[in-house]
Amino acid sequence: MRKTIALSYLAVVLLGPLSMLFWRIWAEGVGKAWSAVTEPDTIHAFRVTLEVALVAVPLNTIFGIVAGLAIVRLRFPGKGLVNAFVDLPLALSPVVVGLSLFLLYGRTGWIHVGQVLFALPAMVLATVFVSVPYVAREVIPTLREIGDEQEQAAHTLGATGWQTFWRITLPSIRWAVIYGVVVTTARCLGEYGAVAVVSGSISGRTETATLRVQDYYENLDQGGAYGVSLVLGLMAIAVLVLMTLLKPKEGTA
Amino acid sequence: MALPLGRPLSLGFVTTFLTVVVALPIAALAWASRGEGLSGFWYWITQPEPVAALKLTLVLAALVALTNAVFGTLLAWVLVRDRFPGRQLVNAVVDLPFALPTIVAGLLVLALYGPDSPVHVHAAFTRAAIFLVLLFVTLPFVVRTVQPVLHELDTQMEEAARSLGARELVVFTRIVLPSILPGILSGVAMAFARAVGEIGSIVIISGNRPFRTELASVWILNQTQSGNGTGAAALAVLLLAISFLVLLGVGGLRWLATRHERA
Repeated sequence: MRKTIALSYLAVVLLGPLSMLFWRIWAEGVGKAWSAVTEPDTIHAFRVTLEVALVAVPLNTIFGIVAGLAIVRLRFPGKGLVNAFVDLPLALSPVVVGLSLFLLYGRTGWIHVGQVLFALPAMVLATVFVSVPYVAREVIPTLREIGDEQEQAAHTLGATGWQTFWRITLPSIRWAVIYGVVVTTARCLGEYGAVAVVSGSISGRTETATLRVQDYYENLDQGGAYGVSLVLGLMAIAVLVLMTLLKPKEGTA
Repeated sequence: MALPLGRPLSLGFVTTFLTVVVALPIAALAWASRGEGLSGFWYWITQPEPVAALKLTLVLAALVALTNAVFGTLLAWVLVRDRFPGRQLVNAVVDLPFALPTIVAGLLVLALYGPDSPVHVHAAFTRAAIFLVLLFVTLPFVVRTVQPVLHELDTQMEEAARSLGARELVVFTRIVLPSILPGILSGVAMAFARAVGEIGSIVIISGNRPFRTELASVWILNQTQSGNGTGAAALAVLLLAISFLVLLGVGGLRWLATRHERA
């Protein structure tokens, strides 16, 4: 009984809509979807998405590891505030993130350094902001769990902080880091709201893949919108497979 | 200490990064929301259209959070306690809303429950459609916070209660629920925050009719794009305050849930 209810809910809310990913492409015509995906502006949009992710993911990986270590291993004033700022993007609307950057780098904003808005720098900043928490949030519980006895031992034996990090700490948290990187990548590829505010969505220039979907949708080109969505959907499924393989054991999230 | 950068450099890096990436933009937002003094802020957050948009957002997000409390817990229960073919697959698919761009989620919900619906349900551009798409994007939160707790839960207590004649409902409310409640609540809080801030799927499915299907996030987006930075910032500051409240609540719950471990 409860199994039937739970699975029916899943079917209505998630699996049903998901099945449309393939069904609609078929209904709209594979040719239409294919020509949309291979259009130069679409290819450019995917390239922009990848470029932004290629900057945002490594930055947040380094930040996530350093911040995780600082939060778990150090005592310092303002730790609560650091924690709150790391978590904030999880609870904040991407539109608010975009607007904040828009106001900071806009005409009446505080920072004036060349072309930031409606160009790659603002899109990168927006994407970095929304994906801040993911590596840190994976690394922190793992660091707590492994404790610092081995690190202390290495220190006593004369290892430098750098050596201890590479030989002891990083190997023990590597799966958490990799899992965090996968989730961060998914978040970066799928970002829409924050980038929509700051990019200006200029086709062939500042349009990302998700903005391209909106572009097709608003121009009543359903085939195009579903074509680009299918590519994004397949990327998400690849991410999901990686997440499932990397999960340490059943039941832990 | 195993800090690759040493203490001062680590703290310096973390602080600088958070300041440049997160804190400065947030400060600029708070500053801009004052507009022409506090009266500008007050003017915009009392206008009928943004007020209606915020009300609708909060009501829908609360309904979505409640629905998740019930069905998320049920799903977690079924995934941990029941055995059925395809369980591993279902377990993996639950994470999909975290991996899928939400604008794609909006398009897929529209495809199933929109104008060309294969199941003949035409709910596009209604509040019902917004509710459905919000359920889609928030599905994993409660499942993923309750599941690990249920997994760790010792079933001996439940068996003892049953052997003493307790009915299933009593077993659940007296024994299981107290252990998983902090998990349910923090999942519910995160789902609520996510629903309040959702944008990608909403621009596709809401139709964005003022006073009918216009949500706070979309109103902010539209005001920004039409040059009303002060109005957008005013409502955005309210959403920011809601986000901080939610995080504070989740922090409190985490503190409560781990009080035995710390003692």
